Amino acid sequence: MSSERKDEYKVIGHSVPRIDGPEKVTGAAKYTLDLKFPNMLYGKILTSPHAHARIISIDTSEAEALPGVKAVITHEHVPTLKYGLSPARWDENIFCSDKVRFVGDKVAAVACLDESTCYKALKLIKVEYEVLPAVLDFTTAMDEGQPLVHEEYERNINTEIHQEFGDVDKAFAEAYHVRTDTFIGQRTYQCPIEPHTAISMWDNNKLTVYSSTQSPHYFQYYIAREFGLDMGDVRIIKPFVGGGFGGKLEPTGLEFAGAVLAKRTSRPVRMFYDRAEMFAHNRGRHAQQMEITSGVDKNGKILVIHANFKMDGGAYTSLGIASAYYAGALLPMTYEFDNYKFDMYRAYTNLPACGAQRGHGAPQPKYAFESHLDNVAKDLGIDPMDIRILNARRENTETPNNFKVNSCHMRECLEKVREMSDWDEKKKHKIPGRGVGVSTGSFVTGAGYPIYRTDLPHSSAFIRINEDGTAATLYTGAVEIGQGSDTVLCQMAAEAMGYRYEHMKIIAADTEITPMDLGAYASRQTYMSGTAVKMAGEEIKKQIIEMASAMLSLPVSDLDCDDGIVFSLSREGKALTFEEVARKHFVLKGPLLGKGVYTPPKLGGTFKGAPVGTSPAYSFGAQVGEVQIDEETGQIDVLGIWDAHDCGKVINPRLLHGQVHGALFMGMGESCWEEVRYDDKGKIINPELANYLFLTAMDMPPIESEVLDTYEPTGPWGAKEVGEGATNPTLGMFSNAIFDAMGVRVNSLPLTYEKVWRALKEKRELEEAEKNKKS
Amino acid sequence: MLNQTITDNEGVKRYLITLNVNGDTHTVLVKGNAILANVLRDELNLTGTKKGCELGDCGSCTVLLEGKPVDSCMVLAMEADGREITTIEGVAVNSKLDAVQEAMLNYTAVQCGYCTPGMVLSAKALLTRNPHPTEPEVREAISGNLCRCTGYVHIVEAVMAASEGRLVPEDYKSSKAEGESA
Repeated sequence: MSSERKDEYKVIGHSVPRIDGPEKVTGAAKYTLDLKFPNMLYGKILTSPHAHARIISIDTSEAEALPGVKAVITHEHVPTLKYGLSPARWDENIFCSDKVRFVGDKVAAVACLDESTCYKALKLIKVEYEVLPAVLDFTTAMDEGQPLVHEEYERNINTEIHQEFGDVDKAFAEAYHVRTDTFIGQRTYQCPIEPHTAISMWDNNKLTVYSSTQSPHYFQYYIAREFGLDMGDVRIIKPFVGGGFGGKLEPTGLEFAGAVLAKRTSRPVRMFYDRAEMFAHNRGRHAQQMEITSGVDKNGKILVIHANFKMDGGAYTSLGIASAYYAGALLPMTYEFDNYKFDMYRAYTNLPACGAQRGHGAPQPKYAFESHLDNVAKDLGIDPMDIRILNARRENTETPNNFKVNSCHMRECLEKVREMSDWDEKKKHKIPGRGVGVSTGSFVTGAGYPIYRTDLPHSSAFIRINEDGTAATLYTGAVEIGQGSDTVLCQMAAEAMGYRYEHMKIIAADTEITPMDLGAYASRQTYMSGTAVKMAGEEIKKQIIEMASAMLSLPVSDLDCDDGIVFSLSREGKALTFEEVARKHFVLKGPLLGKGVYTPPKLGGTFKGAPVGTSPAYSFGAQVGEVQIDEETGQIDVLGIWDAHDCGKVINPRLLHGQVHGALFMGMGESCWEEVRYDDKGKIINPELANYLFLTAMDMPPIESEVLDTYEPTGPWGAKEVGEGATNPTLGMFSNAIFDAMGVRVNSLPLTYEKVWRALKEKRELEEAEKNKKS
Repeated sequence: MLNQTITDNEGVKRYLITLNVNGDTHTVLVKGNAILANVLRDELNLTGTKKGCELGDCGSCTVLLEGKPVDSCMVLAMEADGREITTIEGVAVNSKLDAVQEAMLNYTAVQCGYCTPGMVLSAKALLTRNPHPTEPEVREAISGNLCRCTGYVHIVEAVMAASEGRLVPEDYKSSKAEGESA
């Protein structure tokens, strides 16, 4: 890997316009729901109206008789192999056969000539249920005597984790101050604006699926597995995708049922989830109960942490085992301490399955930890900023759970937001009802291990130069879902080749055309896909220089290529254009191709669960927020947010800040507004955007985000991640700003106006009672 | 004016209506309950009008009806009969982008792009009736268009810039511009 470091580059480091921008601003960009194929049918899935019920019978005869209905399928027509994302716990079927496990569980599907016939047909399918008592509260789900969501998982325990590092008991015994707090996190949903859609079609025994996916590779793997196909006979094509945030990482009923419907009808079948169905499919953030105990010395130096968590997994595992491990794995990232204990139970409940949402597993534990740390600081009379700077992680260190940290500027991020927000001044001159809070975050730059066990590389790429040298096409399995990977990877390809960005074309995320990449999750593409792309570009550059060497009769060592010009280092004026050299290469040697590949080094410890949280590099960041609380109503006005990030070399500054803004916006929503709520029958109360409140343009406060000039020695040109990490500090930052403003802590997310108002009311009543007692 | 109708074997009536979309006149046969968003997408293949919720919450299906932004999933095709409709496909004229589109592009106000067509149309409608809006006015005008990617920061910046004729940001640097100056 290259360790060269320059201050200025021709292509990377600049805010070039997005390569997909023109199609997006003109409406030409085609998303899966915009695609049509000749003879195409429309499909819909019938879902369960009950949270927990036994299926007595299913009668599809009336639906089948309806004109326009081409196929009706149930569990009798599909493979019975269980699937999921975390391989240790495959527990989901295409259709339920014995019982349904949440409101929205899949029961049957139809394919019809048009969408409206689908809805009529679904109503004609008669399912007889025996309703069973449902498990809706994850905090009691694992008690003795509760109904079982899956008979084979006793006490509804889906995942159980017990990890211990260092000497926890000794550290607690020696601590000057020990404190325990408990916090609750809520269920949230990714809510991409584009609904999940899949179009399936067969050509003999080959299945092609167009899908709004974050990972064509995992779709290909899991779909091939389910139907007993060779991976080479499953082609996944990703059209434009309208956001994912973790919710489009695994195949859904749309792909599985769609493939069966397409096979039975020999016609392409398009299926989509409407907004309410998206909420039911979910795979959003787990609700968690988080008890944190710390032991610190008298200066506030953290000696030991015990995190004792429970999480609400919902009816199926999805990627939830990883979520459960992540919740504890990333807690020791931003602060240094040697003794750490992590206990976790992930419970099955009769609610929609939870999975990986932006910041995977980490934001809620971070909220709990950062809120707790402020409580500790208050106990000891230390400024919240100072206690963080005292404990901040340094570069070239290792966490107690064996994650090796190379570049790390945690302390500098804190100092930066202190300065940006005018922290000290605000702390000195406190205005009633107003408060500031600080919090930190960190995230993996790609996971060290793939989701299913394989020795395949994590990323690969190739580049083909057009015959006449006037264009270069990058082929990558990397997945553009809005974050800008197509643009950033084209910048990196052009930089590595010594070529120009405006001549770049890209073909991405089609498993039959593009080389393998694990996809858009774990904030991995700039680093991992980028490393493969850089290697491919350097292979082209090497060939260009060799060809130019022959053309100019100059040694290879005297030549370089930059910005589309191959030139002599020693003799001024001796130069050729990239185009003419590339053309000559084609004439004499055939296609000019470059290829690259990336596999992470072996990372992490040897204990159970050690791979989760490993990464070749970690980002770090800090945020300060200032709020004004209306004591009469509990309303929270956000006056400003300041963010500083250590994300290595920045490839495209505007795209990067866009990631910070978006992550902060999501974190803000999770802090104060967003919550998927359920009634006492397990039905979602607010499965629509009018009632699941995320921020509009009018709610968004002013944001200042800054990037520190940092360099990750293992990353391509020194780059690491930003997209997910920026979500991690936000929840804790809000919690702490509200705490500072009103002097009492709200211990559960979201920190709604009502909860704030109730906390203030209790505080007033307590103060009055004290006063009365005295008088 | 009464619409011409035909009734099929099952007794379902269909109406002949005229949609004036982006300056083109289309005659289409629709059911009384046909939604404008669906007719634009399915009958006229204008898929730049996106569907995100079909409840009038997200604004992805925004089109201009007589210049005013509306959620086309909340409008019956019948209601648009004979009226002037602008979809995202009609904003750029002869490949020349509108100022809002240009600014959205240059200020990187686009991420996944799914809300972008609706966002562009709401902003364009604002700038048509109020060429020099304040920032709160911009935020209000696009508050019916939900974006899950950007936090609206660059979008608001781009619309303000478009209104002030600053279509290229200071930190904008394409490799082309640099090559030309070299």
